[in-house]
Amino acid sequence: MSAASARTTTGPGPVRRALAGVRWYARELSGEAKWDDYLARCSREGTEPMTRRAFERHRDHLREGATQGRCC
Amino acid sequence: MSTSTTSRPPGDAAPQPRRADRATPRSIAVWVLVALVGATCWVVLALSRGESVSALWILFAALSSYLIAYRFYARFIARRVLRLDDTRATPAERLENGTDFEVTDRRVLFGHHFAAIAGAGPLVGPVLAAQMGYLPGTIWIVVGVIAAGAVQDMVVLFFSMRRDGKSLGQMVREEIGVVGGTAALIAVFAIMIILLAVLALVVVNALAESPWGVFSIGLTIPIALLMGFYLRFWRPGKVLEVTGIGVVLLLAAIVGGGYVENSALGDTLTLSPETLTIALVLYGFVASILPVWMLLTPRDYLSTFMKIGVILLLAVGLVLARPVLENQAVTEFASSGEGPVFAGSLFPFLFITIACGALSGFHALIGSGTTPKMLAKENQVRMIGYGGMLMESFVAISALIAASVIDQGLYFAINSPAAATGGTIQGATDFVNGLGFTLTPETLQAATAAVEEDLVSRTGGAPTLALGISQIFTSAFGGGLAAFWYHFAIMFEALFILTAVDAGTRVGRFMLQDTVGNVWKRFGDTSWKPASWTASAVVVACWGYMLYVGVTDPLGGINQLFPLFGIANQLLAAIALTLCVTLFLKHGWLKWVWVPGIPLVWDLVVTMTASYQKVFSDNPLIGYFAQADRYRAARDAGEVLAPATDASQMDTVIFNSTVNGVLQASFALLVLVILANAVLIWVRAISRGSLPTTEVPAQPSQLVAPADFIATAEEKDAVRAWDERQRDGVGSRR
Repeated sequence: MSAASARTTTGPGPVRRALAGVRWYARELSGEAKWDDYLARCSREGTEPMTRRAFERHRDHLREGATQGRCC
Repeated sequence: MSTSTTSRPPGDAAPQPRRADRATPRSIAVWVLVALVGATCWVVLALSRGESVSALWILFAALSSYLIAYRFYARFIARRVLRLDDTRATPAERLENGTDFEVTDRRVLFGHHFAAIAGAGPLVGPVLAAQMGYLPGTIWIVVGVIAAGAVQDMVVLFFSMRRDGKSLGQMVREEIGVVGGTAALIAVFAIMIILLAVLALVVVNALAESPWGVFSIGLTIPIALLMGFYLRFWRPGKVLEVTGIGVVLLLAAIVGGGYVENSALGDTLTLSPETLTIALVLYGFVASILPVWMLLTPRDYLSTFMKIGVILLLAVGLVLARPVLENQAVTEFASSGEGPVFAGSLFPFLFITIACGALSGFHALIGSGTTPKMLAKENQVRMIGYGGMLMESFVAISALIAASVIDQGLYFAINSPAAATGGTIQGATDFVNGLGFTLTPETLQAATAAVEEDLVSRTGGAPTLALGISQIFTSAFGGGLAAFWYHFAIMFEALFILTAVDAGTRVGRFMLQDTVGNVWKRFGDTSWKPASWTASAVVVACWGYMLYVGVTDPLGGINQLFPLFGIANQLLAAIALTLCVTLFLKHGWLKWVWVPGIPLVWDLVVTMTASYQKVFSDNPLIGYFAQADRYRAARDAGEVLAPATDASQMDTVIFNSTVNGVLQASFALLVLVILANAVLIWVRAISRGSLPTTEVPAQPSQLVAPADFIATAEEKDAVRAWDERQRDGVGSRR
């Protein structure tokens, strides 16, 4: 109850939330959010993250061997 | 994690949310309402004859049927039959490695899975099947997906998940036997080749003699390259940004095509089907050996977002435009079997023409492999497997509607092979009027002028769909942009197909390298260039050859090859369903074996009847060998039979029909081999009650996540509580 009322008074409106949802979905679907996940994991584990360029190169390299087909 | 994965005490599992069983009065009311809407729509569709029927009846009949099937039948399969168990860790949770095994949000995985299963297939089959009227196609798409297609997808996904994401071929080999496994491997490879060839044929037919289409589709290559380099060198990781740029450029390419068409460049880009075939084969080879970041990955971004965007747009467009069906409910071709688009009567040929959208064996390859390795919870199998296929079925229904709202005379002018229409407006008008439909040259000319594209004998489904979409969008959004929307739809379909061709060639290459690698180890090394180039060349040569056969066939490539494609896809479904039945019996679930058993029996009856007719029918319109015999007899008598125009075309017909017939017979035989091997296992499993399988033993799950599209209150509470425990426990555990 209190959470719901807090959202309506101070949180973003429904349109803003819907747009944020679309953006979240698009970033997740395209894999763009993988970088954020990686940074979060590094900070959790206390390791130094590699550069974004190196990270994306690594993902490109992994995709090279991926056998995901596309159906008709 | 302090305890090892094998000896973790069962009490260690995270408490899973309880999923309420009891129906509230409100939910009962909602479901009664959905059922009433569905029943009303079906009754209207069943009773309307010869009056104007709105396409929305089809749309809502399908949607309410999907909802009910998902809520009741899929849930029944999930709970009672497969007994999905959220206390059991999925492969993604147990084997997480950040690459292929990765716990993924269910809605994101749904998007990935849908993008992988749905392509041009559900857009093409229903368009061709519209020659028998809108009703048979609608019923088969809806009933087929509910009882067969979505069941297959869900059950295969489940079994692969319980086996750490093993592929269909691997499972057949391990659960049925080496003979069946080998046959499955050959069948999967051969079927994929036919599939790629027919999809490529659709593109060739849509782009031939169309400078506008060639220009805009051709530009997708530099656009994808630009996106690839952008991501690799300038702004790594900025996928949404570059996809936005790509989409804008794509739209600009479509608009630009309209100007190019009327310029000097237009003549240069007016390409014959033969030239396009060579271009496509070269493209396919180069695309499959280039690094994936250059072309394949960026093209995939474009096609995924276009796919989702256009499907949403089409749904909105249909509701806004509320088009009226021009097609008849059932045409005479359903019973006569003499339709010009494809030969053969409703049974069995409707059921193989519409494969994707109702039952598609190819999905079993996607559902065993990538998707099962990304599931967070077992219960999500229903949403991803069953739900994903329902969504594809919705695409098929939309395509059927788009093909049924265009004037019926136009439909047949576009879809009859050039052999029948002579490729001219007058010829097409005469032919269509001869079929018993009304079409005036003026109507045909007006339609041609509106989309600025020659429409006579543009077989393959893409131009028909594009015309339908163009009509729906023009009426929904206004603006007199018929030609733009037409080429937009062509672009959208070609983009899917080219992505499927790129990815399919690569998958075929991996399969070939893997197989040859068993005998010659070095060849199996996918990073060894001589091997990967050779394997790519072989795969491209295979589908390129079949494409060439289709393009040059005087009888019309789609007319000849589409049945082969449909039967091949459904035979793959037979292999997948045979595996499902085998596993049901091995697990001792004899009581539930009808769940995959009914679709399997139906699919076998359809595919075997169709294969039998294609091989043994003495009607030259249907039987490949009867066709070859007829032309051979004529050639030996020194005659030339229409549509062949000279002796060499006679030879082409004889040769092509023989090749098609041999392929058809081999596919059916391979499936029978697998089935025979499986029956041996069935008998043993039934007599012993059950048999050991390769299922991975249960391990307790630490994860908590919702099961369905919309999380319930209980699930949200459970996830919240779990999040808090994770936060509290994270310091002590790591």
